[in-house]
Amino acid sequence: MARIPGPLSPHLQIYRPQLTSVLSITHRATGVFLALGALLICYWLLAIAAGPVRYERLVALLDSWPGRTVLLLIALSFYFHLCNGIRHLFWDAGLGLELRTTYRSGYAVLAASIALTAATCWAACFA
Amino acid sequence: MSLASPLARVRGLGSAGSGTHHWWQQRLTAVALVPLGLWFILAVLGMDVTDHAVVQNWLRAPLTVVLIILLVASLLHHAQLGIQVVIEDYVDPEWQKIACIVLVKFLAVLVGLAAIVAVLLIALR
Repeated sequence: MARIPGPLSPHLQIYRPQLTSVLSITHRATGVFLALGALLICYWLLAIAAGPVRYERLVALLDSWPGRTVLLLIALSFYFHLCNGIRHLFWDAGLGLELRTTYRSGYAVLAASIALTAATCWAACFA
Repeated sequence: MSLASPLARVRGLGSAGSGTHHWWQQRLTAVALVPLGLWFILAVLGMDVTDHAVVQNWLRAPLTVVLIILLVASLLHHAQLGIQVVIEDYVDPEWQKIACIVLVKFLAVLVGLAAIVAVLLIALR
């Protein structure tokens, strides 16, 4: 396609990182990471269908320390993407778009995703 | 260069040529995934997932079959719509962009269908 001459936006490192922009790119990053989590759920279902021997191999893999770390990161990413996604749905409805409110909801999303991840870890380990 | 778009491009379709379809599908699956995602996490936390027999038994309940198929379908649809936007933003030569998008969409259908067949096999066996 022919380039249309016009002003270009400055490079990314020119801008000072702000809560709003950091949460925005994190939403995208967690989304890409969670797509891999979606593949894991599908593989989990295939392993169950494949029978107990195959299933136990997957369980052993996920129950190792690297496996647990991946599951923890998936949980954290899921809760962040969920909470921030709900924030996006409010914006789509035209609500909470004032600058002060976007910062408040941003901090609320961070607090909620950490709290939900902690509760999930607690339930997975002790409940 | 005129800033005004030709009326035919603006009315209904926009620059992507597909109107609000992609945007709407993304929101619709997002809303569906809120209860489905939370249900799945609570279900997995509520049973001994390391035991094959327990998980298999759980997947044989008709309600589980319906909800897990809805979860897999919504999740993969939502994921491939999102990855498509990321590819559109960062992959540059047009043919590479289209190749990546086609690959992701084929992969999503393949993996999703395999998972749904697996669920049906477990439920009906």
